[in-house]
Amino acid sequence: MTAAEITPELIAAHQLTDEEYRRIVSLLGREPSFTELGIFSVMWSEHCSYKSSRLHLKKLPTRSKLVLVGPGENAGIIDIGDNYAIAFKIESHNHPSFIEPFQGAATGVGGILRDIFTMGARPIAVMDALRFGALDVARNRRILEGVVSGIAHYGNCFGVPTIGGETVFEPCYNGNPLVNVFALGVFKHDEIFYGRASGVGNPVIYVGAKTGKDGIHGASMASAEFTEEAKQKRPNVQVGDPFMEKLLLEACLEAMKTGAIVGIQDMGAAGLTCSTCEMGSRAHTGIEIDLQYVPQRETGMSPYEIMLSESQERMLIVAEKGREDEVFRVFRKWGLDAVTIGVVTPDGMLRVKDHGRIVAEIPNRALADEAPLYNRPYTKPYRPAPLEGPALPGRNSRAELEADLIALLTSPDLCSKRWIWEQYDYMVRTNTLEGPGADAAVVRIKETGTSVAMALDGNGRYCALSPREGTKLIVAECCRNLAVVGAEPVAATNNLNFGNPERPEIMAQLVESIEGMAEACAFFNTPITGGNVSLYNETLGEAIYPSPVMGIVGLMRTARPTPIHFQNEGRTVVLLGGIGAADHEHFGGTEYAKVVMNALWGLPPALDMAAEKRVHDAMRRIISEGLAESAHDLSDGGLAVAAAECSFGPGGIGARLDLDSDLAPEFLLFHEGPSRILVSTSEPGKIVALARDFGVESAVVGVTIKERLQLSNRSQVLLDCAPAAIKDQWQTALELRLNS
Amino acid sequence: MGDARDVSDCGRRSTCARKGRTAATLKWKYPMKIGVVVFPGSNCDHDAWYAASHNLGQQAEFVWHDSASLGSVDAVILPGGFSYGDYLRCGAISKFSPVMNAVRKFAADGGLVLGICNGFQILTESGLLPGALVRNRDLKFICRALPVRVETTDSPFTCAAQRGQVLHLPIAHGEGCYIADDRTLDELEAEDRVVLRYVDNANGSLRAIAGILNKERNVMGMMPHPERAADPLMGSTDGLAILQSLVQAAAPVSR
Repeated sequence: MTAAEITPELIAAHQLTDEEYRRIVSLLGREPSFTELGIFSVMWSEHCSYKSSRLHLKKLPTRSKLVLVGPGENAGIIDIGDNYAIAFKIESHNHPSFIEPFQGAATGVGGILRDIFTMGARPIAVMDALRFGALDVARNRRILEGVVSGIAHYGNCFGVPTIGGETVFEPCYNGNPLVNVFALGVFKHDEIFYGRASGVGNPVIYVGAKTGKDGIHGASMASAEFTEEAKQKRPNVQVGDPFMEKLLLEACLEAMKTGAIVGIQDMGAAGLTCSTCEMGSRAHTGIEIDLQYVPQRETGMSPYEIMLSESQERMLIVAEKGREDEVFRVFRKWGLDAVTIGVVTPDGMLRVKDHGRIVAEIPNRALADEAPLYNRPYTKPYRPAPLEGPALPGRNSRAELEADLIALLTSPDLCSKRWIWEQYDYMVRTNTLEGPGADAAVVRIKETGTSVAMALDGNGRYCALSPREGTKLIVAECCRNLAVVGAEPVAATNNLNFGNPERPEIMAQLVESIEGMAEACAFFNTPITGGNVSLYNETLGEAIYPSPVMGIVGLMRTARPTPIHFQNEGRTVVLLGGIGAADHEHFGGTEYAKVVMNALWGLPPALDMAAEKRVHDAMRRIISEGLAESAHDLSDGGLAVAAAECSFGPGGIGARLDLDSDLAPEFLLFHEGPSRILVSTSEPGKIVALARDFGVESAVVGVTIKERLQLSNRSQVLLDCAPAAIKDQWQTALELRLNS
Repeated sequence: MGDARDVSDCGRRSTCARKGRTAATLKWKYPMKIGVVVFPGSNCDHDAWYAASHNLGQQAEFVWHDSASLGSVDAVILPGGFSYGDYLRCGAISKFSPVMNAVRKFAADGGLVLGICNGFQILTESGLLPGALVRNRDLKFICRALPVRVETTDSPFTCAAQRGQVLHLPIAHGEGCYIADDRTLDELEAEDRVVLRYVDNANGSLRAIAGILNKERNVMGMMPHPERAADPLMGSTDGLAILQSLVQAAAPVSR
């Protein structure tokens, strides 16, 4: 072992505070060795220990009668009936993706996939929430291209469809892009595996790729702000091998079927360290390993490096003693390493040996459960925008409003993301009923004949104006997206992307966002079954907008999801939820304010959760009674953008809508008040009556027509365009910007 | 007709009759047995298996790449995916799999071999089909449903389709741009071995070639995925034209 002296500088370099170091000494009853210091530093990093957020995460609802496994395991598990279950989670890979976009994003996909199949589930869907800086900066375009091809590289080769997500551009993500990856898998109830090292005397088996020097201290890197030297951290980024991961998936699922596996956990952040101590801690056992048996990619690696390596595509298995060969046989078939590296012990210690010599000896609980817990001070959330904003531009001509619509439809946030998602295989496994571009993605479960819908959403602008209300709006939108395809939301996963929690005004953003999320998730009955916290998203002291991302999963009652696009001409268009209220204060977070007015102010749109839920319930009933031919919710860009998107179907069916409102044209067309869905139907009477039964306002606003999109207010025409022409601009906008 | 397989309406049965097949391979039973080869890294193996068994109602089984024999299959599908990660060149390592010897022999005996996507790449690498598949023209992976025209029905893979029929089939590949020298291309055209052609040539394939036959017409490679368009829930069932042809062709000429 390297007999490095533990100096204050070394402690600081491991991002441990003096107080944390004293705590280590007291837990051990002695000074740690260099290897032990490294082990503590990764396990007690923000990324692994959630030391700043844990206290507040407890406020989130985590249970319902469908939740089989909640937070604390590698992924949450939900009962979907017929003896089947789904496992899902979202995780970030923000810091690595900034330093090395391709590998950072690729290994982000790899990491979350392992979280799913380590539980025994076969991954069947991936979605991504991406945030980049403004596209006019060349570096941001390179980061976008790198991230997208990294996701494509990994997911396509692994064979999981990437079926949806969202991509947003803001200058605040210039030095800090966000890459949040959601994955979902399916399995039977009796196929669930846990990361537990049960059974004293059972062998501890290492499987998968060999350990190399890549990714050392990745978890600590993800727990610090970036400075000018960020690029020097490139060696901290791991390198992904999706082919290896595919083999690992098949081998793990096959080995699980032998019945010889007691517990299994992937080696993700903090690698061998995290998987050993967490498995031991969960089972109240100890683990003893000898590093000489760990398959290594190069010679001369120190115990410190082996324990902290974040080499990808590795798993730790605890098997039943005497049945190791059954496990080995499967891994041999798939051409993978599988080696016994240690044994489960009764003493609760993580004991690491190197050729028989002890190099680390730490109680598992000290690492996994006794990490520091901080109640960091918080004040009022930092507000990057004023309450008052500029006056509306005062549009009064068709030409001006049409130009506004085009500006919105061709803006990076609202334009078609086809350039991105066509690089992803979104069809492999032949389950994709609704893929990219839909309000919610839907996959069928072949085994049960049912379907699962999922929506991913975030809105940094709303959250910058009010972390609490913004987060509630995100939850509401996810649930609305699910309702629009006919699904009932059942559970959620969250990715909390924030700045430096040691700044009280940033900590306040985190606290308020979590509280808003708790309130909304309890209200919509979507318990949080797991997720991820990514803090220190700051570069040179500049924090990102508070950017919580929600992934909400729903179960379908109908076989087919309701499409977005108008399907036939001559259908009636109903605005479920009505035109909604808008005023200047609640308009400052809209895309119109951003794109047309170049401003951010005021508050996010006002949300009435009870009214919102009534709209969802009504929508699901409308769908289950077969009354909706198409449905699309109003969100970013408001009514005009939603109506345009409804008109972008292959049939070129648009609509003539005549509204009846006192609102200024900018408000009427572009406000983003929630709780509204545009439905086309041949049974408007029934829909209006049904909405009334649910206590939901609805307005018959027009009729679908061929090849025109017209919006008027009290017969004054505000917009009149050909869907085909604006669709073309919408569809090619991203490519044009990338090639400019 | 007590037979659940719908083959009665095939007006082109005679063109499906296999040429030069041995008596042994002509023994046909219901349901036909389709072998789906699983290479390390295949990821459309299950989709092909599902389409063959659930959408076509045939018997489908997986054949591990390490097997020296195909067993008693009536046809073989080399599925899509990234065999061996496609790290060297797509299909370049798979051609050395033991199962490929069995596939070569099976093909030489007149057995029906369909290579889809990565399977097409493996067939060209193995020399069972001419030409090569290289990076798409725009150097990007493309996943999109495309119109593809059936250029000949004189094949066991298109005998249930109509000549000129346009099928909507998904592509999903980064290396699907078909290339060959002019002589080979001319030969393919002269011998009516271009089975499928892109109407919208998204990957830049020479002469918009999407699928070809070997000289004996019992081996076909195609980049589009028929197994992804075999279920009404998936939005298109155009891929059934290919898969049903296979079933029809495997049936004996007289029953």
